Amino acid sequence: MKPVYLDNNATTRIDPMVLEAMMPFLSEHYGNPSSIHDFGRPAGIALERAREQVASLLGARHDSEIIFTSCATEATSTAILSAAEAYPERREIITTVVEHPATLQVCERLERQGYVIHRVPVNGEGALDLGIYRAALSDKVALATVMWANNETGVINPVREMAELAHQAGVLFHCDGVQAVGKIPVSLADTEIDMLSCSGHKFHGPKGVGALYVRRGTRFRPLLRGGHQERGRRAGTENIAGIVGMGAAAELADIHLPLMAAQIAVLRDRLQHSITSAIPYTLVMGGTQPRTPNTVNIAFEYIEGEAILLLLNHCRIAASSGSACTSGSLEPSHVMRAMGIPYTAAHGTIRFSLSRYTREKEIEYVIEQLPPMIARLRALSPYWQGDHPMMAADAGGFVPPYG
Amino acid sequence: MWNYSEKVKDHFFHPRNAKVVEQANAIGDVGSISCGDALRLMLRVDPATEIIEEAGFQTFGCGSAIASSSALTELIIGRTLTEASQLTNKQIADYLDGLPPEKMHCSVMGQEALRAAIAQFRGEAPEADHEEGALICKCFGVDEGHIRRAVLQNNLTTLEDVINYTKAGGGCTSCHEKIEQTLGEILSQQPVVAKAAEKPRDENWLAVEEVIAGLRPHIQADGGDMRLLDVTEKQVTVSLSGSCSGCMMTDMTLAWLQQKLIERLGRFMHVVSDTATTSTSAV
Repeated sequence: MKPVYLDNNATTRIDPMVLEAMMPFLSEHYGNPSSIHDFGRPAGIALERAREQVASLLGARHDSEIIFTSCATEATSTAILSAAEAYPERREIITTVVEHPATLQVCERLERQGYVIHRVPVNGEGALDLGIYRAALSDKVALATVMWANNETGVINPVREMAELAHQAGVLFHCDGVQAVGKIPVSLADTEIDMLSCSGHKFHGPKGVGALYVRRGTRFRPLLRGGHQERGRRAGTENIAGIVGMGAAAELADIHLPLMAAQIAVLRDRLQHSITSAIPYTLVMGGTQPRTPNTVNIAFEYIEGEAILLLLNHCRIAASSGSACTSGSLEPSHVMRAMGIPYTAAHGTIRFSLSRYTREKEIEYVIEQLPPMIARLRALSPYWQGDHPMMAADAGGFVPPYG
Repeated sequence: MWNYSEKVKDHFFHPRNAKVVEQANAIGDVGSISCGDALRLMLRVDPATEIIEEAGFQTFGCGSAIASSSALTELIIGRTLTEASQLTNKQIADYLDGLPPEKMHCSVMGQEALRAAIAQFRGEAPEADHEEGALICKCFGVDEGHIRRAVLQNNLTTLEDVINYTKAGGGCTSCHEKIEQTLGEILSQQPVVAKAAEKPRDENWLAVEEVIAGLRPHIQADGGDMRLLDVTEKQVTVSLSGSCSGCMMTDMTLAWLQQKLIERLGRFMHVVSDTATTSTSAV
């Protein structure tokens, strides 16, 4: 059995066709796309071709609405800081409690500079409280920035509706589309989303390249200045091989999009149902919400996520965890805490994220391997007795000081 | 994934003494499910000789927590309670060929469970520790006595060290100020610090001190600080605190000082921070 890779929300395998498209731009076509001579010409043409491909995947009205960046983190920083600079009189930002750190940390920085940050909460299923979102919208808000799909749970937010509400209040809307693009249809021309960030390596492209969609007519201020590249909106020589790779990956993602719902979601559901029916005391995070078709996040109560990952890794299965111990932090993921997941479950969450390379036999292998691993760790746990959690009231129950 | 030693992996995949000791007469419970780490240590102690005849554990936690629990039991079986009580968390970590700095609290948890078990055997109240000091970290239930022991036994000097070794301050962060204050008090009582201060301050030392004095206002403006610890012929050791502690820009701050020293002294001096030294040796 080859290693089973189920950590595709972290990064994906590069598609061989993407690699093939990139190679000439790492060898013979080394010219700078900004050069006027013949060496620069193939690079310049490839750059614009990639822009078309990404614009097509995003359903943008104009290719020129795509700005290539080094990653989605840069795209998100650009969007938020651009809005703050473009509307200096507006000193409020709306975001959510479950955003990626790329958004949260930029907001925290603005908060230290005196901005008011509205963080829309979620319920136990990861659904946003739209009432609080609506109430926060006002003419003091420079930007509302909301992720399309959550990276940990796959829960899809109603960003189309949220963008409309933002516009009704005269507020600019940015969307972190990293976990949505390539997995669900994204047709930006049909929405009121003003800006959207995405990343090449989340849909079988290379790492080190991302894009920011900026709707034509949106007031914009560049983050990186110093050159005329990307129409003056992102200075710095373009990562041509990476951009070509992202373009090729975008085209392939567009072609494979129907596969996501037809096959990958079926495999994901098979994995989810098998695990939850075979293993007691398991919870699906955000299980009642619309989710990206490739993601399932399951909490295994009374055991800790890193220990599960180590056992999975030992069986050559790669997944990830929102457990504190995998992150260097000491608390479970901010998403789990925001959802109010009890500690009995929050420390033991495992995210399985599939891709178009995931095969049925791999899912069967995980379904076969996982139950004994969970049983083994529960047998070690002081909170577990036989086949059920130990209650504090049980005689001799585990009751540490401050427990 | 953490870079665990082969021995940590071995004790995680094949834990020794992972069992309930049926006739245990000394039990130490530490940690909690909210902390993400909990350990029940069970000992069967011969009341006449006080020799630990059998030890077992149940652990809720990560790989290093399970490995540390397993190592702990291996280290104490056959010892008297008095001998076992001398065991330090560092010995647990050393037995495992080291733990990542961020995971040192797992070894401390083992040591604390052993203390709790011995206290229970001797009929001492488990709360006795708290008489030594106040509860510092409410998120993880860490008191002053726990921090004091970890600081003294492991020569901790920064907030980051205390978080790595005790978990205190790793949650809501509201106790960071209290931890720094406690740490300052513990360190100020240490003869080691006085010894460092007594080191002869030659021309070289004074020149380095002058350069650092020039940089400190800029560092302090960003919420951090830098303290000179030692100067040898080729190396300068500093301690970073406040927002510099654990900052991703630490290397740049040290390189900045290095550059300023080259300009001032006309020769290269290698600059290291005490935390960087600790991390390297611990890994």
